[in-house]
Amino acid sequence: MKSFLKRLLGTIPVLFGVVLLIFIMLRIIPGDPVTMLLGEHVNQDTIDRLTEVMGLNDPLPTQFFNYIVNALHGDLGVSYKYNREVTDMILEALPYTIKLAVLAALFAWVIGLVTGIISAVRQNHLADRLFMGFSLAGVSIPIFMTSLFLQYFLAFKVKLFPLTENGSLYSMILPAIALGWNSAGRIARMTRSNLLEELQADYIDTARAKGLRQNAVIVSHALKNSMLPIVTMMALQLSSMLSGAVITESVFAIPGIGRLATTAISNRDMPVLQGTVLFTTVIVIAGNLLADLLYSVLDPRIRKEA
Amino acid sequence: MAKRVFFRKQNESDAPQNIEQNTASSEEDLLGQIGEKDGITDKLRRMCRQNKLAAFSAVVILIILLMAVFAPVIAPYGEAEQDLLNRLQAPSAAHWLGTDELGRDVFSRLLYGARVSLSIGIIPSIISLLIGIFLGLTAGYFGGWYDYVIMRLADVMLSVPSLLMAMVVMYTLGSSITSLFIALIIVDWASVARVVRSQTLSLKESEYVEAARSIGVGHFTIMIRHILPNCIPSLIVLFTLNVPSAILSESSLSFLGIGVQPPAASWGLIVNQAKQFLFTQPWLCLAPCIAIMIVVLAFNFLGDGLRDVLDPYMKDQ
Amino acid sequence: MEQKENVLEIRGLRSCFFTEKGVVPAVDGIDLDILEGKIIGLVGESGCGKSMTAKSIMGLLKYPGRIADGHIWFDGQDLAHLSEKELRKVCGKDISMIFQEPMTSLNPVLKVGRQVRETLLVHDRGMDKNEARRQVIGMFARVGIPEPEKRYDSYPHQLSGGLRQRVMIAMAMVCRPRLLIADEPTTALDVTIEAQILRLIRQLRDETGMSVLIITHNMGVVAEICDYVYVMYAGKIMEQAETYELFDHKTHPYTKGLLDSIPRIGKNPDRLYTIPGVVPNLLHLSEGCAFSNRCPNASERCRRVKPELCEIGEGHLARCLSCAPESMEPRPEKQSESYENTPAAAELPDAKNAVSAPGMSGKLRIENTVKGGGTL
Repeated sequence: MKSFLKRLLGTIPVLFGVVLLIFIMLRIIPGDPVTMLLGEHVNQDTIDRLTEVMGLNDPLPTQFFNYIVNALHGDLGVSYKYNREVTDMILEALPYTIKLAVLAALFAWVIGLVTGIISAVRQNHLADRLFMGFSLAGVSIPIFMTSLFLQYFLAFKVKLFPLTENGSLYSMILPAIALGWNSAGRIARMTRSNLLEELQADYIDTARAKGLRQNAVIVSHALKNSMLPIVTMMALQLSSMLSGAVITESVFAIPGIGRLATTAISNRDMPVLQGTVLFTTVIVIAGNLLADLLYSVLDPRIRKEA
Repeated sequence: MAKRVFFRKQNESDAPQNIEQNTASSEEDLLGQIGEKDGITDKLRRMCRQNKLAAFSAVVILIILLMAVFAPVIAPYGEAEQDLLNRLQAPSAAHWLGTDELGRDVFSRLLYGARVSLSIGIIPSIISLLIGIFLGLTAGYFGGWYDYVIMRLADVMLSVPSLLMAMVVMYTLGSSITSLFIALIIVDWASVARVVRSQTLSLKESEYVEAARSIGVGHFTIMIRHILPNCIPSLIVLFTLNVPSAILSESSLSFLGIGVQPPAASWGLIVNQAKQFLFTQPWLCLAPCIAIMIVVLAFNFLGDGLRDVLDPYMKDQ
Repeated sequence: MEQKENVLEIRGLRSCFFTEKGVVPAVDGIDLDILEGKIIGLVGESGCGKSMTAKSIMGLLKYPGRIADGHIWFDGQDLAHLSEKELRKVCGKDISMIFQEPMTSLNPVLKVGRQVRETLLVHDRGMDKNEARRQVIGMFARVGIPEPEKRYDSYPHQLSGGLRQRVMIAMAMVCRPRLLIADEPTTALDVTIEAQILRLIRQLRDETGMSVLIITHNMGVVAEICDYVYVMYAGKIMEQAETYELFDHKTHPYTKGLLDSIPRIGKNPDRLYTIPGVVPNLLHLSEGCAFSNRCPNASERCRRVKPELCEIGEGHLARCLSCAPESMEPRPEKQSESYENTPAAAELPDAKNAVSAPGMSGKLRIENTVKGGGTL
């Protein structure tokens, strides 16, 4: 627990760094946000007043400090384009992205683990080659390609699924597969290589000498050991999954966080972009922390020290 | 003056070489018993012999690179040459992969797009490799607060989902090929720095580095001549795996419309423009997607093959 | 009648690594008997094939290694040709094994009690888990683990090396096996712990009447605990005898070298004897005696002619030209394939099975050699 607290404290400078970095990158651009917010043909007085209200006359460090204080209170600023609280917009979009990510993660973990284990057990057999081919494809094919082709074949040609998101969970299945395939491929490859490596360990000999058969050895001995690094891997997948969600949400017209970020760029809506990037980063960091915690729960060698 | 020259000679050429030879020979003895004493070129040769897929992938990459370089020679039509009478054509003898909504030949655009996509895959990877090597080496070697700052910076970079980070850079710098380069460099250097740093940390404690230090070899000489060569196998592997991920990032950004801007062509941009015709002219999407897939697969196969011979202990990331 | 006394009989076992560079015969046609209630030692340098022999018995060879030829008779079954399913029924129950490295031989993420209990549950699926737990704790107490109740819920990393090896022994003993194979059981342990573990193994043998096959490179261990010893070199048995006989009348130059390299107080105080050279590469064995390149007495003939095992005393066999009968003209050893081509092949396996006492097999070998030599 102590080491976990230490780890928790260690994320603070990283989080601070992220906020600072994003803040700097988004403030150095030319262009006056106030005119962007109000549009043209507004009198100078209004502009000045709003500039003052938005705190844009303050020096940058003060602005940064205010931003952090506000962000800690859950206030991420106001959208230039829609004149709405960024926090509200994110909370509105969040359920869609959560649904998408959870479904995709389920798909990735179940498919990835099962095919990885089968591939390791049936090493170099047909199933292994087939699964590893699929997972390599998953790693190598861009997500927009998977998305477009799933949409074309399963939604447009076969009409098994709706073309775009329509509010039902069912319409999320196709985007989730498109998003999860990439992670599934990585997890499958890692599961396979870890399991194969673990099967070379001494304690596997012990287990077989006890009279356990191959399948029992894998299930009750090798799997748990090889799962440890995969847990970390799964958490790291969260980051690339949130990246991928930007694309799937764009293809399937899902009004999630990723879509928010894409439209923020085309609208040049800085507070929204800043808010979504910060929000996803916090999720990624929390995911990594969770993986650490899980790892120490699963591994008795670490648990003892913790 | 003479003394200084003498000193340098002893430091930089004689002594370290001796040490290198010593460690090399004892390592060779050890490795010789398990049959692994060949250098990088031998290992590459072995990979070509044993892993036909990796060798084939290398050939594919070479062919595609040549096609990109000689695109103006090979391409039957110009990059932006429009033929408004023949818009959205299906593949035919005149247009091998059909034409797009402006009557431009898709095959020619793919060839020109290869130049953009491949250079965006390769050049930022090289630059981020160099930056990562420098920061990783120095951070691992000197340690202390410098190491702390560099590594926290790397943590920051790795915490932000890469596509979103690239989007922020594109927002700030505007959509252009140069900003794409910068975005990809900012995203990529951290993973290189981490790998180099961890290897530096373990090598820093090794006996031959301590021996070199004890006879007064300078810090940078040690880093460049003793530590860096040991990182090269993993770096080759990392580079071959970074290139396809850069190509994927570029195509994703262009697909979203915030990467390469028309009239220039990149594979992601071609998909972006073709996606509105997905249900009527699906081949327009198919061709660039398959091009991306082939290149990325080839780099991944090559990377896997290289990892097997060069750095078998490196894990999937 | 005597056959009953052998718990395990290995006949002509060949286990090879099938590598790209060629076939490496790590175990090259060995015969080995394990008498009931005896502790048998299998001694040799690392890489001589002794662990490979043990793994062949337990079916633990990993790709590219496998049993190429020969028989391992146990309880009327040939373990070398048993299906994986059948073999696993024997392993852990009738034959069990402990390994060299007690740190890595236990699964790091499972409690040790559970790992021991698993052995019981695998072989008796109907067993109640609480009953199994009771038996495991009883076994822990028998192998001298203090606070067995508490230790049941420990993880391997929480135990010392000696305790871990005791857990391994408990795991091996919990089903009351008839044969315990111990592969370098004390190599990774301190000397004081080593003595304790050896004493424990002997005490368990005395109590249960099981047989033990101890694999070691340490002649001290042999002297301490073994009743009968096989000396192995380059995949072959070089000499075999009862322990006292071997120490008193060591015959083979390799055995002499092994025994002379034990440090002893009051003897050779200045310099310890070492056998010159290294174990030969099994891929490129010379046509003569495998030890000829390191043997102080090697003659030109040794480099040309492969010696056979021959009896030189009561139950004492050695594979050396110097102790073979002068009249005999040894010839290069037959390959297993050539067995099948010679007229003598048909009767050979039967004849071999009939032999049981170590002493007799040596005589038979000479006969075979002479006979074979005649027909060829």
